[in-house]
Amino acid sequence: MKQIEVNHLTKKYNSLTAVDGINLTAEDNELLAVVGPDGAGKTSLFRSICGLIGFDDGEVRIGSYDLSESFDKIKPLLGYMPQQFSLYPDLSVEENLHFYAGLFGLNKEEFNKRKERLYNFSGLGAFRNRRAQNLSGGMKQKLALSCNLIHNPKILILDEPTTGVDPLSRRQFWEILKSLCQSGSTVIVSTPYMDEVALADRTIFMHCGKKLAEGAPDELIAMYEGDLYRLEIEPTAQQMKKFDNLKGLSARRFGASIHLYVSSGIGEDEIRRRLDQIDIDSSRLEKITAELEDVFIQLMGAEPELENIIE
Amino acid sequence: MNNAVVIDNLTKKFGDFTAVDKISLKVEYGEIFGFLGANGAGKTTAIRMLCGLLLPTSGTGMVNGIDVNRYPEKIKASIGYMSQKFSLYGDLTGRENLEFYGSVYGITNQRLKVRIEELSRELNLENFIDRLTGSLPIGWRQRLALAAAIIHKPKIVFLDEPTGGVDPVFRRKFWEILYQLADGGTTLFVTTHYMDEAEFCRRISIMHRGQIVEIGRPQALVDKYNEPDLQETFISLISGLENNE
Repeated sequence: MKQIEVNHLTKKYNSLTAVDGINLTAEDNELLAVVGPDGAGKTSLFRSICGLIGFDDGEVRIGSYDLSESFDKIKPLLGYMPQQFSLYPDLSVEENLHFYAGLFGLNKEEFNKRKERLYNFSGLGAFRNRRAQNLSGGMKQKLALSCNLIHNPKILILDEPTTGVDPLSRRQFWEILKSLCQSGSTVIVSTPYMDEVALADRTIFMHCGKKLAEGAPDELIAMYEGDLYRLEIEPTAQQMKKFDNLKGLSARRFGASIHLYVSSGIGEDEIRRRLDQIDIDSSRLEKITAELEDVFIQLMGAEPELENIIE
Repeated sequence: MNNAVVIDNLTKKFGDFTAVDKISLKVEYGEIFGFLGANGAGKTTAIRMLCGLLLPTSGTGMVNGIDVNRYPEKIKASIGYMSQKFSLYGDLTGRENLEFYGSVYGITNQRLKVRIEELSRELNLENFIDRLTGSLPIGWRQRLALAAAIIHKPKIVFLDEPTGGVDPVFRRKFWEILYQLADGGTTLFVTTHYMDEAEFCRRISIMHRGQIVEIGRPQALVDKYNEPDLQETFISLISGLENNE
């Protein structure tokens, strides 16, 4: 069943259109990622879906309710974790959970039952008496998530929960989200980082208020037009200069190697021939898969002249 | 003097807690070095020692040829620091911000004017340097923040997650600028949680529980752990260490 349905949502702030005609659906058991840089409109979209801000056009349905008609029915279904979720730093892990349980009107028995379940999947049980201010960044985010789960929401909307969190904690956090979905929840989560979406069922690329593309991670990568190669040579300024005169091929430094972007139809032999012509050693050339970021940039519409992007 | 940073058995204890535990590393001038680790691994404490903001408990460190134990104050003037959170004054223009930071470092009058023109050219700030900083998209603000961090021509710049949240086109542009700076001999010491950014570095180190547990070229580490990319390498390395405890 569709838990969230958003049709042509538009949100404007004076002359700025933050969300521009977005369509989105999420079903039972689905983990949906919304990926885009700061300013893409992710937060405005999420706040609109949760009924926290009004919007200018479009429709939001949560469960079987229309947001504009039945906000009170929707509230108990929703958990929303904003980007800056407030924990009480001088309260312990358990006291924070207890506080949020109180806000949602849980009785003692329900609280005790749910808290143990939350400790179980978050791994926070061992730290239940530790003050929130003494938790690591990753654990803080797990506690914030737990506070949002205390009332057992059917639908969870998380705005950049993993910003500033290390890769291992981020992976663990996504695995928690995945298991929530498997046990029946619907989760929408936003992130500025492309590498996070491996565990998402579907991903929406968002930029300047618009949806650039939607699909499973491998479907998005398959949208890339052209080929990508890694060339293992020391990318000194001198070496990079040689690429300036090369047609049909653009080179970018990538750490200790070079990435070559090649239009479709130019084969590996031809690339080697062209590299030889500019006196570049092509012996360590390897075709690689495009990354989500490459796809995102291509979808943004080739590399636009930077200074002209915004007024 | 070929090394911008040389640290040997650098240690910092807070009471019983050892935040940084005998770390050693060398970073060459002109190198882009990625300093990685889990939350709470001790990166911030280590950086604070390298920037002259915190005295080590034991061990030695030289940053730009200056002893971190003896002359921490001198280090501050000789390095640059840029953070994602580091804020320019939003109600000043880019130029006014640079004038402010220049004067903080004792650069004034004609010298300051010339330096700002130079940065404006090198970092392509021309089209927005006279606009209010608060109204600029984040990618441009980051370039201004970098300009402010290098206004006194430091040989070493510490960058804390410099492109977090920036649109990918701006991010690529930003890294081109970083590579140019490194070509000119500036050392870039980058801390980040984002492995795609770490892959842009020439060498990286990974910290866990106060210690450096790996150091090397990103691709060499990926090969060593036989993982598809640096993200998986980091996860496999750190979760392996945590499971052994």
